[in-house]
Amino acid sequence: MNSRNSISFSWLTSIGLISLLAFMEPAAAASDDSFEHAERLYDTYCTQCHGVNRDGNGVNSVFMSVQPRDHSDAKGMGDIPNSEIIDVIKKGGLAANKSVLMPAWGGVFSDEEVNQLAAYLRHVCKCGSDQ
Amino acid sequence: MKPYLFAAIGASFFATSLAVHAADVPAVLQSKCASCHALTKPESNSLDRLWERKGPDLHYAGNKFNKEWLVEWLQDPAKIRPAGEFYRKHVKPGTKEDVVDESSLAPHPKLARKDAEAAANALMTLTDPDGLIEKGAFKDQKVAMSMGAMYFNKLRGCAACHSAVPGKGGLSGPEMATAGKRLQPDFIYSYIKDPQKIDKGVWMPKLDISDADLQKLTSYIVQLSAKEDKK
Repeated sequence: MNSRNSISFSWLTSIGLISLLAFMEPAAAASDDSFEHAERLYDTYCTQCHGVNRDGNGVNSVFMSVQPRDHSDAKGMGDIPNSEIIDVIKKGGLAANKSVLMPAWGGVFSDEEVNQLAAYLRHVCKCGSDQ
Repeated sequence: MKPYLFAAIGASFFATSLAVHAADVPAVLQSKCASCHALTKPESNSLDRLWERKGPDLHYAGNKFNKEWLVEWLQDPAKIRPAGEFYRKHVKPGTKEDVVDESSLAPHPKLARKDAEAAANALMTLTDPDGLIEKGAFKDQKVAMSMGAMYFNKLRGCAACHSAVPGKGGLSGPEMATAGKRLQPDFIYSYIKDPQKIDKGVWMPKLDISDADLQKLTSYIVQLSAKEDKK
């Protein structure tokens, strides 16, 4: 391979890589966009206990007798089936024999929003079969 | 008079009174309160509005507050919401738990006595035309404080977001230690029963609570401020 060919090859490789990156970026952004509403709901209603970083350290958690769930914990969250996550959001912690401090949000969120939140939690923990 | 004429007169009177209610917010409130509080029922209940509003809605203030408390508080406004309104805009990650970013909280303006009295009088005229607050719902039956505390702290988990004792309890909701002086008991009852009906979109869930338990919780919250007074 002469030097001219070698330069052309590296140009082609670069263009290929840039094209690939350009292709990947919008795909990743589109994936995050699909959680936009759920993320807004989470920020509005869930962060007070589950924390700005989604790690269970919300501003209310200081005096709580049971630590709110760490939603960033892949292991802990990965063990919970989707049906239970949906049940707990809608009916509260008692629905899964968990803490009463997790209230029922079924009177606030629509079923569709609950499903969106459940999917968003899988996105946050990067875990579970439905991520 | 024909029944339909009655109906027509009734409907036109109702429409007129509603229009006046919306348009005729007293001037003192327009100048002192309108920049941060909704004085008429907001058209939008969107999450965006919740994030943008600077203070709680006051369009039903006459069914919410006790006037004597308003007069005093407006002259010397102590913090009611430890994390402000709206809490999410004023909390940040701390060393372990999230903390309130005190630097982001603006104190409520203080009014001179004359203005406070005028504002309180005007606020009491802003009544709820939609029956959001159940008048006469609270039966004023005393509950033992230990029983009330058990409901508030353990059985219903109110303490997760509200403090019953200053400096102890949740921070995202208003403190309850002075709520009995601040709020009308029927408002407390109605708000616990369905916060979303009164304050659509607010970050307090609607729980399924029986009338008997609503009475206990309301009574406990009303009595808390009497307990504070004795200190």
